[in-house]
Amino acid sequence: MQESKLLRVGDSTIVVEFSQRIDPSIHARVSALAAMIRRTVPEGVRDIIESYCAVTVEFDPLRTDIDHVIKLLQSKVNKNGAFQAGREITLPVCYGGEHGPDLECVARFAKCSETEVIEAHLSRDYLVYMLGFRPGFAYMGSVDSRIAIPRRATPRLKVPIGSVGLAGYQTGVYPSTGPGGWQLIGRSSARLFVPESKEPFLLRGGDVIRFESITHQEFNRSVGV
Amino acid sequence: MKTLIDILKPGLLTTIQDDGRWGYQQFGVPVSGPMDRVSHRLANFIVGNPWSAATLEVTFDGPELKFCKDVLFGITGARFNVYLDGSLVRLDTCQLARSGQKLRFGRRLLGARSYLAVTGGFDVPKVFGSRSTHIESKIGGFKGRSLKAGDKLAVGGDVVIDSQAGFTRASIVTLPRKGTRVRVIPGPNDSLFSQDILAKFVSSRYYVGIDSDRMGYRLDGLAVSFNARDELISTAVPVGSIQVTNLGKPIILMADHQTTGGYPRIGTIITADLPLVGQLSPGDWIQFEWSSQSVAMNELIAQERALMS
Repeated sequence: MQESKLLRVGDSTIVVEFSQRIDPSIHARVSALAAMIRRTVPEGVRDIIESYCAVTVEFDPLRTDIDHVIKLLQSKVNKNGAFQAGREITLPVCYGGEHGPDLECVARFAKCSETEVIEAHLSRDYLVYMLGFRPGFAYMGSVDSRIAIPRRATPRLKVPIGSVGLAGYQTGVYPSTGPGGWQLIGRSSARLFVPESKEPFLLRGGDVIRFESITHQEFNRSVGV
Repeated sequence: MKTLIDILKPGLLTTIQDDGRWGYQQFGVPVSGPMDRVSHRLANFIVGNPWSAATLEVTFDGPELKFCKDVLFGITGARFNVYLDGSLVRLDTCQLARSGQKLRFGRRLLGARSYLAVTGGFDVPKVFGSRSTHIESKIGGFKGRSLKAGDKLAVGGDVVIDSQAGFTRASIVTLPRKGTRVRVIPGPNDSLFSQDILAKFVSSRYYVGIDSDRMGYRLDGLAVSFNARDELISTAVPVGSIQVTNLGKPIILMADHQTTGGYPRIGTIITADLPLVGQLSPGDWIQFEWSSQSVAMNELIAQERALMS
Protein backbone atom coordinates (compact mmCIF):
# COMPACT_ATOMS: atom_id res chain seq x y z
CA MET A 1 0.00 0.00 0.00
CA GLN A 2 1.36 3.40 -1.01
CA GLU A 3 1.81 5.87 1.77
CA SER A 4 -0.51 8.85 1.87
CA LYS A 5 -0.94 11.96 3.95
CA LEU A 6 -3.84 14.23 4.66
CA LEU A 7 -3.25 17.96 4.81
CA ARG A 8 -5.31 21.10 5.16
CA VAL A 9 -4.70 23.92 2.70
CA GLY A 10 -6.13 27.25 3.83
CA ASP A 11 -9.50 27.11 5.60
CA SER A 12 -11.59 25.53 2.82
CA THR A 13 -9.53 22.69 1.39
CA ILE A 14 -8.36 19.24 2.45
CA VAL A 15 -5.91 17.31 0.30
CA VAL A 16 -5.02 13.63 0.35
CA GLU A 17 -1.55 13.33 -1.11
CA PHE A 18 -0.02 10.09 -2.31
CA SER A 19 3.65 9.50 -3.24
CA GLN A 20 4.81 12.37 -5.44
CA ARG A 21 5.34 10.37 -8.60
CA ILE A 22 3.64 10.26 -11.98
CA ASP A 23 2.63 6.63 -12.01
CA PRO A 24 -0.54 4.79 -13.13
CA SER A 25 -0.67 2.76 -9.89
CA ILE A 26 -0.71 5.94 -7.80
CA HIS A 27 -3.33 7.48 -10.06
CA ALA A 28 -5.51 4.39 -9.62
CA ARG A 29 -5.57 5.16 -5.88
CA VAL A 30 -6.47 8.77 -6.66
CA SER A 31 -9.36 7.68 -8.92
CA ALA A 32 -10.61 5.13 -6.40
CA LEU A 33 -10.62 7.60 -3.51
CA ALA A 34 -12.33 10.33 -5.56
CA ALA A 35 -14.99 7.84 -6.70
CA MET A 36 -15.64 6.70 -3.11
CA ILE A 37 -16.15 10.26 -1.86
CA ARG A 38 -18.38 11.15 -4.81
CA ARG A 39 -20.72 8.29 -3.88
CA THR A 40 -21.66 10.06 -0.63
CA VAL A 41 -20.61 13.68 -0.90
CA PRO A 42 -20.64 15.19 2.61
CA GLU A 43 -22.75 18.31 3.21
CA GLY A 44 -20.89 21.48 2.26
CA VAL A 45 -18.34 19.86 -0.08
CA ARG A 46 -18.23 21.84 -3.34
CA ASP A 47 -15.52 20.21 -5.46
CA ILE A 48 -13.65 16.90 -5.54
CA ILE A 49 -10.67 17.19 -7.88
CA GLU A 50 -8.30 14.42 -8.99
CA SER A 51 -4.77 15.26 -10.03
CA TYR A 52 -1.59 13.21 -10.64
CA CYS A 53 -1.04 12.08 -7.04
CA ALA A 54 -3.65 13.87 -4.96
CA VAL A 55 -7.36 14.22 -4.33
CA THR A 56 -8.39 17.76 -3.40
CA VAL A 57 -11.64 18.39 -1.54
CA GLU A 58 -12.91 21.98 -1.47
CA PHE A 59 -15.74 22.87 0.90
CA ASP A 60 -17.74 25.73 2.33
CA PRO A 61 -16.30 25.96 5.87
CA LEU A 62 -19.57 27.37 7.27
CA ARG A 63 -21.64 24.44 6.05
CA THR A 64 -19.20 21.59 6.54
CA ASP A 65 -18.44 19.32 9.47
CA ILE A 66 -14.71 19.37 8.77
CA ASP A 67 -13.87 16.63 11.29
CA HIS A 68 -16.40 14.40 9.57
CA VAL A 69 -14.78 14.99 6.17
CA ILE A 70 -11.34 14.25 7.62
CA LYS A 71 -12.58 11.00 9.23
CA LEU A 72 -14.31 9.99 6.00
CA LEU A 73 -11.13 10.53 3.98
CA GLN A 74 -9.04 8.65 6.55
CA SER A 75 -11.45 5.71 6.51
CA LYS A 76 -11.50 5.50 2.69
CA VAL A 77 -7.90 6.28 1.82
CA ASN A 78 -6.56 2.78 2.40
CA LYS A 79 -9.55 0.92 1.01
CA ASN A 80 -9.20 -0.68 -2.36
CA GLY A 81 -12.53 0.66 -3.49
CA ALA A 82 -13.85 -0.41 -6.85
CA PHE A 83 -14.06 2.38 -9.35
CA GLN A 84 -15.24 2.65 -12.89
CA ALA A 85 -12.34 1.66 -15.09
CA GLY A 86 -11.38 4.43 -17.51
CA ARG A 87 -13.01 4.43 -20.92
CA GLU A 88 -10.88 3.77 -23.97
CA ILE A 89 -11.07 6.67 -26.42
CA THR A 90 -9.36 7.13 -29.77
CA LEU A 91 -8.44 10.63 -30.92
CA PRO A 92 -7.73 11.17 -34.63
CA VAL A 93 -4.71 13.40 -35.29
CA CYS A 94 -3.36 15.00 -38.45
CA TYR A 95 0.37 15.21 -37.73
CA GLY A 96 2.87 17.76 -39.02
CA GLY A 97 2.64 20.44 -41.68
CA GLU A 98 0.63 23.54 -40.79
CA HIS A 99 -1.00 21.63 -37.90
CA GLY A 100 2.26 20.63 -36.22
CA PRO A 101 4.56 23.67 -36.36
CA ASP A 102 6.93 22.22 -33.72
CA LEU A 103 7.26 18.74 -35.19
CA GLU A 104 10.58 19.59 -36.81
CA CYS A 105 11.88 21.00 -33.53
CA VAL A 106 10.84 17.83 -31.67
CA ALA A 107 12.61 15.70 -34.29
CA ARG A 108 15.79 17.71 -33.79
CA PHE A 109 15.44 17.31 -30.00
CA ALA A 110 14.91 13.55 -30.38
CA LYS A 111 17.67 13.27 -33.00
CA CYS A 112 15.39 11.33 -35.30
CA SER A 113 13.08 11.88 -38.27
CA GLU A 114 9.64 13.51 -38.04
CA THR A 115 8.08 10.18 -38.98
CA GLU A 116 9.81 8.55 -36.02
CA VAL A 117 8.46 11.24 -33.68
CA ILE A 118 4.94 10.53 -34.95
CA GLU A 119 5.48 6.78 -34.56
CA ALA A 120 6.72 7.31 -30.99
CA HIS A 121 3.63 9.39 -30.16
CA LEU A 122 1.33 6.75 -31.70
CA SER A 123 3.16 3.85 -30.08
CA ARG A 124 1.44 3.84 -26.71
CA ASP A 125 -1.77 4.40 -24.79
CA TYR A 126 -1.97 7.41 -22.51
CA LEU A 127 -3.68 7.79 -19.18
CA VAL A 128 -5.66 10.97 -18.42
CA TYR A 129 -4.15 12.02 -15.09
CA MET A 130 -6.05 15.24 -14.57
CA LEU A 131 -8.01 18.02 -16.23
CA GLY A 132 -6.93 21.61 -15.76
CA PHE A 133 -5.43 24.67 -17.41
CA ARG A 134 -8.75 25.37 -19.10
CA PRO A 135 -12.11 23.58 -19.45
CA GLY A 136 -11.68 20.10 -20.91
CA PHE A 137 -7.86 20.16 -21.13
CA ALA A 138 -6.54 16.70 -20.23
CA TYR A 139 -3.01 16.09 -18.97
CA MET A 140 -2.02 12.70 -20.39
CA GLY A 141 1.09 10.59 -19.95
CA SER A 142 3.59 9.34 -20.19
CA VAL A 143 5.21 9.91 -23.57
CA ASP A 144 8.27 8.07 -24.88
CA SER A 145 11.31 9.61 -23.16
CA ARG A 146 12.93 10.36 -26.56
CA ILE A 147 10.21 12.91 -27.40
CA ALA A 148 9.78 14.28 -23.85
CA ILE A 149 10.70 17.81 -24.93
CA PRO A 150 10.36 20.77 -22.52
CA ARG A 151 7.61 23.27 -23.27
CA ARG A 152 8.41 26.27 -25.47
CA ALA A 153 10.46 29.06 -23.92
CA THR A 154 7.85 31.59 -25.09
CA PRO A 155 4.22 30.49 -25.18
CA ARG A 156 2.15 31.14 -28.30
CA LEU A 157 -0.65 33.67 -27.95
CA LYS A 158 -2.98 31.69 -30.16
CA VAL A 159 -2.91 27.91 -30.33
CA PRO A 160 -5.72 26.61 -32.61
CA ILE A 161 -8.45 24.40 -31.16
CA GLY A 162 -7.58 20.67 -31.39
CA SER A 163 -3.81 21.22 -31.46
CA VAL A 164 -1.85 18.28 -30.01
CA GLY A 165 1.11 19.24 -27.87
CA LEU A 166 4.01 17.84 -25.87
CA ALA A 167 5.41 19.16 -22.58
CA GLY A 168 7.94 16.96 -20.85
CA TYR A 169 6.42 13.52 -20.33
CA GLN A 170 2.93 14.91 -20.92
CA THR A 171 0.80 15.18 -24.02
CA GLY A 172 -2.48 17.00 -24.47
CA VAL A 173 -5.07 18.34 -26.90
CA TYR A 174 -6.19 21.98 -26.75
CA PRO A 175 -9.98 22.07 -26.17
CA SER A 176 -10.31 25.68 -27.36
CA THR A 177 -8.26 28.29 -29.19
CA GLY A 178 -6.10 30.41 -26.91
CA PRO A 179 -2.61 30.93 -25.50
CA GLY A 180 -0.41 27.90 -24.84
CA GLY A 181 3.21 26.86 -24.43
CA TRP A 182 3.25 23.20 -25.44
CA GLN A 183 5.20 21.97 -28.50
CA LEU A 184 2.66 21.35 -31.24
CA ILE A 185 3.04 18.24 -33.38
CA GLY A 186 -0.43 17.87 -34.92
CA ARG A 187 -4.09 18.66 -34.70
CA SER A 188 -7.06 16.51 -33.74
CA SER A 189 -10.51 16.80 -35.28
CA ALA A 190 -12.02 15.71 -31.93
CA ARG A 191 -13.72 18.39 -29.81
CA LEU A 192 -12.82 18.07 -26.12
CA PHE A 193 -15.08 20.82 -24.78
CA VAL A 194 -18.55 21.56 -26.16
CA PRO A 195 -20.28 23.62 -23.44
CA GLU A 196 -23.79 23.40 -24.93
CA SER A 197 -23.65 19.61 -25.35
CA LYS A 198 -25.16 17.06 -22.95
CA GLU A 199 -21.67 15.63 -22.56
CA PRO A 200 -19.61 18.84 -22.55
CA PHE A 201 -16.32 17.14 -21.65
CA LEU A 202 -15.02 14.40 -23.94
CA LEU A 203 -12.40 13.19 -21.44
CA ARG A 204 -12.21 12.60 -17.70
CA GLY A 205 -9.58 11.51 -15.24
CA GLY A 206 -8.74 7.80 -15.61
CA ASP A 207 -9.63 7.52 -19.31
CA VAL A 208 -7.18 5.71 -21.60
CA ILE A 209 -6.38 7.53 -24.83
CA ARG A 210 -4.99 6.22 -28.09
CA PHE A 211 -4.06 8.53 -30.95
CA GLU A 212 -4.69 7.57 -34.58
CA SER A 213 -3.05 9.20 -37.56
CA ILE A 214 -5.34 10.77 -40.19
CA THR A 215 -4.54 12.57 -43.45
CA HIS A 216 -5.10 16.25 -44.22
CA GLN A 217 -8.14 15.35 -46.31
CA GLU A 218 -9.64 13.23 -43.54
CA PHE A 219 -9.01 16.05 -41.05
CA ASN A 220 -10.66 18.63 -43.30
CA ARG A 221 -13.62 16.35 -43.93
CA SER A 222 -14.25 15.77 -40.20
CA VAL A 223 -14.03 19.45 -39.25
CA GLY A 224 -16.19 20.36 -42.25
CA VAL A 225 -13.75 22.35 -44.37
CA MET B 1 -42.43 40.12 -20.05
CA LYS B 2 -39.28 40.30 -18.04
CA THR B 3 -37.84 43.62 -16.95
CA LEU B 4 -35.12 44.76 -19.25
CA ILE B 5 -32.13 46.87 -18.47
CA ASP B 6 -30.39 48.63 -21.37
CA ILE B 7 -26.64 49.02 -21.09
CA LEU B 8 -25.79 52.50 -22.42
CA LYS B 9 -22.10 52.46 -21.48
CA PRO B 10 -20.46 49.26 -20.22
CA GLY B 11 -17.73 50.64 -17.92
CA LEU B 12 -14.25 49.11 -17.82
CA LEU B 13 -15.17 45.53 -16.90
CA THR B 14 -18.76 44.82 -15.90
CA THR B 15 -19.72 41.15 -15.57
CA ILE B 16 -22.60 39.09 -14.22
CA GLN B 17 -21.54 36.98 -11.22
CA ASP B 18 -23.34 34.66 -8.80
CA ASP B 19 -21.92 32.51 -5.99
CA GLY B 20 -19.65 30.70 -8.44
CA ARG B 21 -19.51 27.63 -10.64
CA TRP B 22 -18.74 24.93 -8.11
CA GLY B 23 -18.42 21.23 -8.91
CA TYR B 24 -16.71 21.44 -12.30
CA GLN B 25 -13.09 21.99 -11.33
CA GLN B 26 -12.50 18.28 -11.96
CA PHE B 27 -13.08 19.14 -15.65
CA GLY B 28 -10.80 22.18 -15.55
CA VAL B 29 -13.61 24.74 -15.28
CA PRO B 30 -12.67 27.66 -13.00
CA VAL B 31 -15.10 28.65 -10.22
CA SER B 32 -15.35 32.40 -11.01
CA GLY B 33 -17.93 34.31 -8.94
CA PRO B 34 -17.54 37.70 -7.23
CA MET B 35 -14.10 39.06 -6.27
CA ASP B 36 -15.74 40.44 -3.10
CA ARG B 37 -18.12 37.68 -2.07
CA VAL B 38 -19.38 39.53 1.00
CA SER B 39 -20.40 42.74 -0.80
CA HIS B 40 -22.06 40.64 -3.52
CA ARG B 41 -24.11 38.83 -0.89
CA LEU B 42 -24.95 42.05 0.90
CA ALA B 43 -26.26 43.52 -2.37
CA ASN B 44 -28.57 40.53 -2.75
CA PHE B 45 -29.66 40.79 0.88
CA ILE B 46 -30.59 44.45 0.56
CA VAL B 47 -32.91 43.89 -2.40
CA GLY B 48 -34.44 40.74 -0.91
CA ASN B 49 -32.76 38.18 -3.16
CA PRO B 50 -31.39 34.79 -2.15
CA TRP B 51 -27.59 34.73 -1.66
CA SER B 52 -27.16 32.86 -4.89
CA ALA B 53 -28.79 35.45 -7.18
CA ALA B 54 -26.66 37.04 -9.90
CA THR B 55 -25.41 40.62 -9.50
CA LEU B 56 -23.38 42.94 -11.72
CA GLU B 57 -19.75 43.26 -10.71
CA VAL B 58 -18.51 46.73 -11.62
CA THR B 59 -14.74 47.25 -11.87
CA PHE B 60 -12.85 50.58 -11.38
CA ASP B 61 -14.99 52.48 -13.86
CA GLY B 62 -18.73 51.93 -13.76
CA PRO B 63 -21.48 51.58 -16.38
CA GLU B 64 -24.44 53.68 -17.37
CA LEU B 65 -27.74 51.91 -17.84
CA LYS B 66 -31.44 52.51 -18.37
CA PHE B 67 -34.30 50.72 -16.62
CA CYS B 68 -37.12 49.77 -18.99
CA LYS B 69 -39.52 48.84 -16.19
CA ASP B 70 -39.90 49.73 -12.50
CA VAL B 71 -37.39 47.77 -10.45
CA LEU B 72 -35.87 47.74 -6.95
CA PHE B 73 -32.08 47.88 -6.89
CA GLY B 74 -29.17 48.27 -4.46
CA ILE B 75 -25.43 48.97 -4.76
CA THR B 76 -22.70 47.78 -2.35
CA GLY B 77 -18.92 47.38 -2.28
CA ALA B 78 -16.63 50.09 -3.68
CA ARG B 79 -17.83 53.67 -3.09
CA PHE B 80 -18.82 55.43 -6.30
CA ASN B 81 -20.86 58.57 -6.82
CA VAL B 82 -23.87 56.94 -8.49
CA TYR B 83 -26.70 58.96 -9.97
CA LEU B 84 -30.29 57.97 -10.73
CA ASP B 85 -31.11 60.55 -13.39
CA GLY B 86 -29.78 63.68 -11.67
CA SER B 87 -29.84 62.65 -8.02
CA LEU B 88 -27.18 60.94 -5.96
CA VAL B 89 -28.07 57.35 -5.02
CA ARG B 90 -27.71 56.12 -1.41
CA LEU B 91 -25.40 53.13 -1.41
CA ASP B 92 -26.17 49.96 0.59
CA THR B 93 -29.86 50.80 0.31
CA CYS B 94 -32.79 49.29 -1.59
CA GLN B 95 -34.29 51.86 -3.94
CA LEU B 96 -36.95 52.05 -6.61
CA ALA B 97 -36.02 52.95 -10.15
CA ARG B 98 -38.89 53.92 -12.44
CA SER B 99 -39.13 52.79 -16.03
CA GLY B 100 -37.08 55.14 -18.20
CA GLN B 101 -34.74 56.29 -15.44
CA LYS B 102 -31.00 56.16 -16.03
CA LEU B 103 -28.41 54.94 -13.54
CA ARG B 104 -24.89 56.28 -13.96
CA PHE B 105 -21.72 55.36 -12.07
CA GLY B 106 -19.59 58.49 -11.67
CA ARG B 107 -16.38 59.03 -9.77
CA ARG B 108 -14.93 56.16 -7.71
CA LEU B 109 -14.02 57.23 -4.19
CA LEU B 110 -12.87 54.05 -2.44
CA GLY B 111 -12.40 50.36 -3.21
CA ALA B 112 -12.23 48.65 -6.60
CA ARG B 113 -15.42 46.69 -7.18
CA SER B 114 -19.08 47.51 -6.73
CA TYR B 115 -22.05 45.15 -6.84
CA LEU B 116 -25.39 46.14 -8.36
CA ALA B 117 -28.26 43.86 -7.41
CA VAL B 118 -31.83 44.08 -8.72
CA THR B 119 -34.81 42.40 -7.10
CA GLY B 120 -35.20 39.02 -8.78
CA GLY B 121 -31.57 38.90 -9.90
CA PHE B 122 -30.09 39.19 -13.39
CA ASP B 123 -31.51 36.44 -15.54
CA VAL B 124 -29.08 34.78 -17.91
CA PRO B 125 -28.97 31.05 -18.71
CA LYS B 126 -27.08 28.95 -16.19
CA VAL B 127 -24.01 27.19 -17.58
CA PHE B 128 -22.95 24.20 -15.45
CA GLY B 129 -25.27 25.37 -12.68
CA SER B 130 -24.05 28.96 -12.52
CA ARG B 131 -24.66 32.37 -14.05
CA SER B 132 -21.12 33.59 -13.34
CA THR B 133 -19.17 34.95 -16.29
CA HIS B 134 -15.83 33.32 -17.08
CA ILE B 135 -14.42 35.47 -19.86
CA GLU B 136 -11.46 33.25 -20.82
CA SER B 137 -13.71 30.22 -21.44
CA LYS B 138 -16.50 32.42 -22.89
CA ILE B 139 -19.10 30.79 -20.63
CA GLY B 140 -21.81 32.08 -18.31
CA GLY B 141 -23.00 35.62 -17.76
CA PHE B 142 -24.20 37.59 -20.78
CA LYS B 143 -22.95 35.66 -23.83
CA GLY B 144 -19.83 34.62 -21.91
CA ARG B 145 -18.32 38.10 -21.93
CA SER B 146 -18.23 41.44 -20.13
CA LEU B 147 -21.06 43.84 -20.96
CA LYS B 148 -21.07 46.08 -24.03
CA ALA B 149 -23.16 49.10 -24.97
CA GLY B 150 -26.46 47.94 -26.45
CA ASP B 151 -26.78 44.77 -24.33
CA LYS B 152 -30.24 44.19 -22.90
CA LEU B 153 -30.37 42.32 -19.60
CA ALA B 154 -33.40 40.45 -18.33
CA VAL B 155 -34.28 40.51 -14.65
CA GLY B 156 -36.19 38.01 -12.55
CA GLY B 157 -34.40 34.70 -12.68
CA ASP B 158 -34.61 34.19 -8.93
CA VAL B 159 -37.39 33.90 -6.41
CA VAL B 160 -37.59 37.08 -4.36
CA ILE B 161 -37.64 36.52 -0.61
CA ASP B 162 -38.75 39.97 0.51
CA SER B 163 -37.94 43.44 -0.69
CA GLN B 164 -38.71 46.94 0.46
CA ALA B 165 -37.51 50.30 -0.79
CA GLY B 166 -35.53 52.12 1.88
CA PHE B 167 -34.16 48.94 3.47
CA THR B 168 -30.54 49.62 4.29
CA ARG B 169 -27.61 47.77 5.82
CA ALA B 170 -24.15 49.04 6.69
CA SER B 171 -21.23 47.86 4.58
CA ILE B 172 -19.44 44.83 6.09
CA VAL B 173 -16.16 44.89 4.18
CA THR B 174 -13.84 47.66 5.43
CA LEU B 175 -12.75 49.13 2.12
CA PRO B 176 -8.96 49.47 1.96
CA ARG B 177 -7.43 52.94 1.72
CA LYS B 178 -4.40 52.43 -0.55
CA GLY B 179 -3.69 49.04 0.99
CA THR B 180 -4.56 46.39 3.54
CA ARG B 181 -3.21 43.70 5.85
CA VAL B 182 -4.26 40.19 4.90
CA ARG B 183 -4.10 37.00 6.98
CA VAL B 184 -2.54 33.88 5.53
CA ILE B 185 -2.41 30.24 6.63
CA PRO B 186 1.06 28.83 5.81
CA GLY B 187 1.38 26.02 3.28
CA PRO B 188 1.15 23.68 1.62
CA ASN B 189 4.73 24.23 0.37
CA ASP B 190 6.05 26.54 3.10
CA SER B 191 8.76 23.96 3.89
CA LEU B 192 10.49 24.90 0.60
CA PHE B 193 11.15 28.39 2.01
CA SER B 194 13.75 29.25 4.66
CA GLN B 195 12.68 30.60 8.07
CA ASP B 196 14.38 33.84 7.12
CA ILE B 197 12.33 34.20 3.91
CA LEU B 198 9.10 33.25 5.71
CA ALA B 199 9.77 36.04 8.23
CA LYS B 200 10.64 38.59 5.53
CA PHE B 201 7.52 37.67 3.57
CA VAL B 202 5.31 39.02 6.38
CA SER B 203 7.49 41.98 7.36
CA SER B 204 7.59 43.69 3.96
CA ARG B 205 4.96 45.37 1.87
CA TYR B 206 3.96 44.10 -1.56
CA TYR B 207 2.25 46.11 -4.25
CA VAL B 208 -0.52 44.92 -6.57
CA GLY B 209 0.99 44.76 -10.07
CA ILE B 210 -0.47 46.53 -13.08
CA ASP B 211 -1.03 43.20 -14.88
CA SER B 212 -3.41 41.93 -12.17
CA ASP B 213 -6.92 40.80 -13.06
CA ARG B 214 -9.76 38.49 -12.04
CA MET B 215 -7.46 35.48 -12.56
CA GLY B 216 -4.70 36.63 -10.25
CA TYR B 217 -2.76 39.46 -8.65
CA ARG B 218 0.93 39.67 -9.45
CA LEU B 219 2.76 41.26 -6.56
CA ASP B 220 5.78 43.56 -6.78
CA GLY B 221 8.18 43.59 -3.86
CA LEU B 222 10.74 41.42 -2.11
CA ALA B 223 11.44 38.22 -4.04
CA VAL B 224 10.69 35.08 -2.01
CA SER B 225 13.31 32.63 -3.19
CA PHE B 226 12.92 28.95 -2.44
CA ASN B 227 14.97 25.79 -2.55
CA ALA B 228 14.31 24.66 -6.08
CA ARG B 229 14.60 20.93 -5.92
CA ASP B 230 12.59 18.96 -8.43
CA GLU B 231 9.64 20.68 -10.02
CA LEU B 232 6.42 20.06 -8.11
CA ILE B 233 3.82 17.82 -9.69
CA SER B 234 0.74 19.85 -10.66
CA THR B 235 -2.32 19.62 -8.47
CA ALA B 236 -5.58 21.47 -7.79
CA VAL B 237 -5.10 24.95 -6.32
CA PRO B 238 -7.79 26.78 -4.31
CA VAL B 239 -8.72 30.47 -4.52
CA GLY B 240 -6.54 32.66 -2.29
CA SER B 241 -3.42 30.52 -2.86
CA ILE B 242 -0.21 32.55 -2.96
CA GLN B 243 2.00 30.82 -5.48
CA VAL B 244 5.59 31.81 -6.11
CA THR B 245 7.17 31.78 -9.57
CA ASN B 246 10.72 30.57 -10.21
CA LEU B 247 11.83 34.21 -10.03
CA GLY B 248 10.39 34.49 -6.50
CA LYS B 249 7.39 36.60 -7.53
CA PRO B 250 4.23 35.97 -5.48
CA ILE B 251 0.91 35.65 -7.31
CA ILE B 252 -2.45 35.55 -5.52
CA LEU B 253 -4.95 33.28 -7.26
CA MET B 254 -8.29 35.07 -7.53
CA ALA B 255 -11.84 34.17 -8.68
CA ASP B 256 -11.09 33.20 -12.31
CA HIS B 257 -7.84 31.33 -11.55
CA GLN B 258 -6.96 28.12 -13.39
CA THR B 259 -7.99 25.02 -11.46
CA THR B 260 -4.52 23.43 -11.36
CA GLY B 261 -0.98 24.65 -10.88
CA GLY B 262 2.56 23.50 -10.27
CA TYR B 263 4.27 26.45 -8.56
CA PRO B 264 5.18 26.26 -4.86
CA ARG B 265 2.51 27.81 -2.64
CA ILE B 266 3.80 29.70 0.39
CA GLY B 267 0.35 30.17 1.93
CA THR B 268 -3.39 30.58 1.46
CA ILE B 269 -5.35 33.74 2.30
CA ILE B 270 -8.16 33.12 4.79
CA THR B 271 -11.63 33.21 3.22
CA ALA B 272 -12.76 36.10 5.45
CA ASP B 273 -9.99 38.35 4.09
CA LEU B 274 -10.45 37.56 0.39
CA PRO B 275 -13.08 40.32 -0.09
CA LEU B 276 -10.47 42.87 1.07
CA VAL B 277 -8.10 41.63 -1.63
CA GLY B 278 -10.90 41.91 -4.20
CA GLN B 279 -11.21 45.59 -3.28
CA LEU B 280 -7.54 46.40 -4.05
CA SER B 281 -6.43 48.23 -7.20
CA PRO B 282 -3.07 48.05 -9.00
CA GLY B 283 -0.51 50.08 -6.99
CA ASP B 284 -2.19 49.41 -3.62
CA TRP B 285 -0.05 47.78 -0.92
CA ILE B 286 -0.68 44.47 0.76
CA GLN B 287 1.01 43.15 3.87
CA PHE B 288 0.66 39.54 4.91
CA GLU B 289 0.30 38.21 8.43
CA TRP B 290 0.58 34.53 9.42
CA SER B 291 -2.69 33.17 10.73
CA SER B 292 -4.33 29.90 11.77
CA GLN B 293 -7.34 27.70 11.11
CA SER B 294 -9.08 28.87 14.28
CA VAL B 295 -8.67 32.58 13.46
CA ALA B 296 -9.87 31.90 9.90
CA MET B 297 -12.97 30.15 11.19
CA ASN B 298 -13.79 32.74 13.87
CA GLU B 299 -13.45 35.59 11.39
CA LEU B 300 -15.66 33.84 8.87
CA ILE B 301 -18.35 33.17 11.47
CA ALA B 302 -18.23 36.82 12.62
CA GLN B 303 -18.63 37.95 9.00
CA GLU B 304 -21.55 35.61 8.46
CA ARG B 305 -23.26 36.89 11.64
CA ALA B 306 -22.87 40.45 10.35
CA LEU B 307 -24.53 39.41 7.08
CA MET B 308 -27.38 37.65 8.88
CA SER B 309 -28.11 40.25 11.55
